[in-house]
Amino acid sequence: MIAHSIFFYTFSLIAIVSAIMVTASKNTVHSVFFLILDFISISCLFIMIGAEFLGMIMLIVYVGAVAVLFLFVVMMLNVAQQKNQWFAGQATSKHIPIGLIISTLIFVEIIIVIGGWKFKPEIFDINNSVVQTNISNTHSLGQILYTDYIHVFQISGMILLVAMVGAIVLTFRQRSGVKRQSYIKQISRERAEGVEVLNVQSNKGVKIDD
Amino acid sequence: MEYFNIIFEQIYKILFLLVPVLVSVAMIVWLDRRIWAFVQKRQGPNVVGPFGLLQSLADALKYIFKEMIIPSSSNKVIFILAPIVTMTLALIAWAVIPFSATQVLADINVGILYLFAVSSLGVYGIIMGGWASNSKYPFLGAIRSAAQMVSYEVSIGVIIINVLLCVGSLNLNDIVLAQQTMWFVIPLFPMFVIFFISALAETNRPPFDLPEAEAELVAGYQTEYSGMMYAMFWLGEYANILLMCAMGAILFLGGWLSPLEVYPFTLIPGAIWLILKILLLFFLFALVKAIVPRYRYDQLMRLGWKVFLPFSLIWVVLTASYLFYFNLLPVN
Repeated sequence: MIAHSIFFYTFSLIAIVSAIMVTASKNTVHSVFFLILDFISISCLFIMIGAEFLGMIMLIVYVGAVAVLFLFVVMMLNVAQQKNQWFAGQATSKHIPIGLIISTLIFVEIIIVIGGWKFKPEIFDINNSVVQTNISNTHSLGQILYTDYIHVFQISGMILLVAMVGAIVLTFRQRSGVKRQSYIKQISRERAEGVEVLNVQSNKGVKIDD
Repeated sequence: MEYFNIIFEQIYKILFLLVPVLVSVAMIVWLDRRIWAFVQKRQGPNVVGPFGLLQSLADALKYIFKEMIIPSSSNKVIFILAPIVTMTLALIAWAVIPFSATQVLADINVGILYLFAVSSLGVYGIIMGGWASNSKYPFLGAIRSAAQMVSYEVSIGVIIINVLLCVGSLNLNDIVLAQQTMWFVIPLFPMFVIFFISALAETNRPPFDLPEAEAELVAGYQTEYSGMMYAMFWLGEYANILLMCAMGAILFLGGWLSPLEVYPFTLIPGAIWLILKILLLFFLFALVKAIVPRYRYDQLMRLGWKVFLPFSLIWVVLTASYLFYFNLLPVN
């Protein structure tokens, strides 16, 4: 049990410190790396409470895909220029009230949820789903997700698809004057249409169309 | 005291796994160069030791005594961290590879997801190295490789779903045991081919070695690295290749199972069979390097998104329908 709490406090300490460093570090790329560290330590915490499927999915989706895209965008920014613009002078102070309001709201919401959980636990037992302990948590997650909540699951997938299609439609533009290669055309080319054998008479030559 | 015993036992087990992996990585580099040379009618490294077997050792010695140059305009912490990340990620994935029903360091429930997660983290070593070098060629190489690895991970993920549909478990030993009657390479042969090609792209091997295309980008993300840091990138890359071969062997070629469950074959331990299968797949990797020219970048992206992804998705639907119709879905 001691080892368990040592690991728990190590991972949570890393998670909290790196979460603070995401906002505190002046280099944006460092912020993203701290965010990744945060994701990894949170997935370690997931694994520690026995939710190994969620922990691994967290690693694959957030660290393996989302954070890579974050890093992609952030790396394109000019870090040296940013430092001068964003952190010079008092111009940044007007963001502070908005940030404070939003973080207070989030804090109050979390307090309400956790307080309700603590003092009225029966509110949260809506589905009364019995947790089976003899099957792995991947199986039990699948059994709930694909039976009781199949519609919600499908709708959330649809929303993601719509968002993806929307993003592609918004950024797609047909450029004119771009030479495109058609693979079918290239492969289906025969010798007869590409090459022509001419009998060239000396001193006269041939006219080549191109 | 009990804790110390557990820790020592685990460290002993880890060393017993990692030392052979590192030695075989060194040997595999030699094998790769040798096969490459034989295809081109050359001799390859054949001077140091018998058949040149000690070539990698000599190379490693050379790298250790070279100076490590850190560019003055680089981001030093991330620059040094990048090869360490690559190497560590390539080695920790070996924890879940089963060498027989009992010989596995961590027999976890979500083994295949762990392998997939670790291989998808591998892109960070490359991005970190490319960005921290603060130089044009490494940055271009890193961008290319990140896009390439993320794209081909998608199709590898869908291929894994295909196998999981036939197994009904994420545990690697269960996946191996489900192939006792028939290896998955027979019913899922097209998926095996796509997995092999995606594995080439995932490990930045030719014909998909655009991140380090020497004609365009000098050496891609490794350009600014020297000495031991370069050697670590190099070891990490080959450990990743071996890992991908092991993954292919476990998913499609029956892992540690012997090809026929008859007398002379069953005498040979499972670990030997797994190693033989890994070597077979690696031989194919090395052959492809020698005989196929490099892809152009847009062709590579087209292959990943427009050919492999739709095809493997259709195959998922087919596999699921077949298993459902004939009532073969694994239920436990």
